[in-house]
Amino acid sequence: MQEDREPVCFDEMTLPDGKIRPVYEKIAHWLANTPSSFLSARHAQAELLFRRIGITFAVYGDKDATERLIPFDIIPRLLDGGEWARLETGLIQRVKALNMFLADIYGAQEILKAGRIPADLVHGNPQFRPEMVGCKVPHDIFVHIAGIDLVRIGENDFYVLEDNVRTPSGVSYMLENREVMMRLTPDLFAEHRVAPVENYPDMLLASLRSVAPVNVAREPVIAVLTPGQYNSAYYEHSFLADKLGVELCEGRDLLVEDDVVYMRTTEGTKRVDVLYRRIDDDFLDPKAFRADSIIGVPGLMRAYLAGNVTLANAVGTGVADDKAIYTYMPEIIDFYLGEPAILKNVPTWRCREPDAYAYVRDHLGELVVKEVNGSGGYGMLVGPHASLAERETFAAKLARNPENFIAQPTLALSTCPTFFESGIAPRHVDLRPFVLTGSTGVKVVPGGLTRVALKEKSLVVNSSQGGGTKDTWIIEGSAQRQSQTQT
Amino acid sequence: MLSRTADNLFWLARYVERADFLARVIDATQRLSTLPTAYASTGTEWESALESSGAAEGYRARYETIEAARVVEFLTFSTENPSSIRNCLEFARVNARAVRTALTIETWEAINGAWIELKKFEKTSLGKGSYDREELSRFLDFVKKTSLDYDGTAYRTMLRNDAYWFSRLGIYIERADNTARILDVKYHVLLPEDEEVGGSLDYFQWASILRAVSALTAYHWVYRETLKPWKIADLLILKKEMPRSLISCYDNICHFLDQIAGAYGHNGAAQRHAHLVMERLTKATTKEIFHIGLHEFITAFVEDNSLLGQTISEQYLLN
Repeated sequence: MQEDREPVCFDEMTLPDGKIRPVYEKIAHWLANTPSSFLSARHAQAELLFRRIGITFAVYGDKDATERLIPFDIIPRLLDGGEWARLETGLIQRVKALNMFLADIYGAQEILKAGRIPADLVHGNPQFRPEMVGCKVPHDIFVHIAGIDLVRIGENDFYVLEDNVRTPSGVSYMLENREVMMRLTPDLFAEHRVAPVENYPDMLLASLRSVAPVNVAREPVIAVLTPGQYNSAYYEHSFLADKLGVELCEGRDLLVEDDVVYMRTTEGTKRVDVLYRRIDDDFLDPKAFRADSIIGVPGLMRAYLAGNVTLANAVGTGVADDKAIYTYMPEIIDFYLGEPAILKNVPTWRCREPDAYAYVRDHLGELVVKEVNGSGGYGMLVGPHASLAERETFAAKLARNPENFIAQPTLALSTCPTFFESGIAPRHVDLRPFVLTGSTGVKVVPGGLTRVALKEKSLVVNSSQGGGTKDTWIIEGSAQRQSQTQT
Repeated sequence: MLSRTADNLFWLARYVERADFLARVIDATQRLSTLPTAYASTGTEWESALESSGAAEGYRARYETIEAARVVEFLTFSTENPSSIRNCLEFARVNARAVRTALTIETWEAINGAWIELKKFEKTSLGKGSYDREELSRFLDFVKKTSLDYDGTAYRTMLRNDAYWFSRLGIYIERADNTARILDVKYHVLLPEDEEVGGSLDYFQWASILRAVSALTAYHWVYRETLKPWKIADLLILKKEMPRSLISCYDNICHFLDQIAGAYGHNGAAQRHAHLVMERLTKATTKEIFHIGLHEFITAFVEDNSLLGQTISEQYLLN
């Protein structure tokens, strides 16, 4: 019975008739001609490299494994230049619209006045920050760094699964995966023209510098703000600070005096202009938000509202990556840009709507149901893979608070060849490209983080739930262009 | 640089240095305790090991009797002893991880690699508390190698800026404290020239002191004669060419504090205090030291040294 429900999925290397898709030809040849002992040795080497570099992540609620490696798969995931070009145009469009949406809802609220999205979805949203209403942020940019999760279900069929515009993580894996692959399989790189991703930190630095408060006449001082080394993404925070060449600060390293932010240094205090913060809004400033936050900076919000420091991303962006707002993205793109959305949304039932709720309740076994504000794969139900008991428990949760949930069909996510000691097998993947916005426009580094669900048939790719990662190669062909810029 | 970064670098260095010292003390004690009683064994070797490691109080709070296996466990893998080797390496790594960006990849790998290795040792019978002497000596070698790796990678790869200077300060303040402690615990076997107590029976005690600060061979090179207690004191306190002597530590401390002051354009209490201690050491002679009493001299030094640690904290690390 289980088999019957398994959808037929698109494999990115091998078509149903056994033909290899052109972009994968050399990889297929390599896999066919490489003894599995070689792959196995490379796999072990990769793990050793990651462990020694210290690329680990913490899993919440797992006290024995406070630091675990995200499994890395040594078979790269390939997209051709033409495929990427379409995705890139769509990503730029989407992030532009997200920024315009945020500037609007914290400004004139035209979209609400026009009745294009329900006002209560914004005002009643726990991620909406009334403090930000009327606040002008430099260049009207709220989202400087976005991670847009894409899935593929067919040759030309990509969907946006979710937008991450608070503190998206994973970019360090994109960069380190590439470094490790270049060390382990130099021959493969020689055979392919792989678009480089290594300039991401430079692009990020340029974006951050471009959004410094306008009254800063000197070279802006930038710092990364981390919750500290017990945070699951701490490695990434330190990695980025290092690559950017800026200080990695914890809340206790910063202080606010007369609405100006300073860091504590061995030579006294030093003014900070831009904070790439990896702390959620709630914990940013105990005086403005959660009073029990010990990782925040008291007074930071006042300094921010006074325009003395730029926060990237801005405060209150969470209202735009909410799973309920997500369903309105086509309307949002149309409203601000007057264009149809290039990247499709996954059809979604909003359980706040009675008809949709009734449908979802009756079809739990077929759907993926997510909490509107959940992330990391927690609090979601994958209907086809859940037991009857799990479904019943979930149904009760859903009934108590339908507006808190959305549901989507179980997508037949594409698969990519993945290495296991027992052989090479297809596994489901998604893709998170990273989109940067600065005063000179929106830029995407060609690639992203491919996450792979290592468990057979699993569709959950989150690293906190046993997912792994792959290096993502955009193969330059004749159709390939330079990374695009749009202002 | 961030004050916290400087603090982490300073303590990272101290913990690595402390782990190294502990390994040497255990190694030296192990040798001494296996000698026949007629030679040197007094039965209190492990007690002095606890004393020189500053762990005696913690041990006595938990155990009534001094037993070799327990002491070794307490000094190596115990999680209850804040200064066990295991905890030193863990704190070193926690500090390193907090300042990942201030370290070179090589230095980070030395510390992180040591932690991974330590986790493997923890799974052996030694790690589980049984006194396996062979495993122990492999373990102690590993700890000593860790400090060499840390020191070597830092020396070879780090930029010569405040990050490096604060690291070096950590090493030398910890090292001065360690050398002083072992002298203090063993001062009763180090007697002035004109007193003849214990005689040659103390020879193995003296050798063990030198071994703990890896100075046994150095002694012979410097003095070219058999072990004499006042010369051991001279070597460990006043000989600049001996890298673990108090004066050599302070020579370095003054140097690195001056580098920091030069870069920051400001001298402070830490520089003044360090130079004062250095001046005292420069003027001192063994004769004088034995005259006022080795114990008194060392006690005053330990206090001065820990005062310097505090002064550095106040001046730079707690801004």
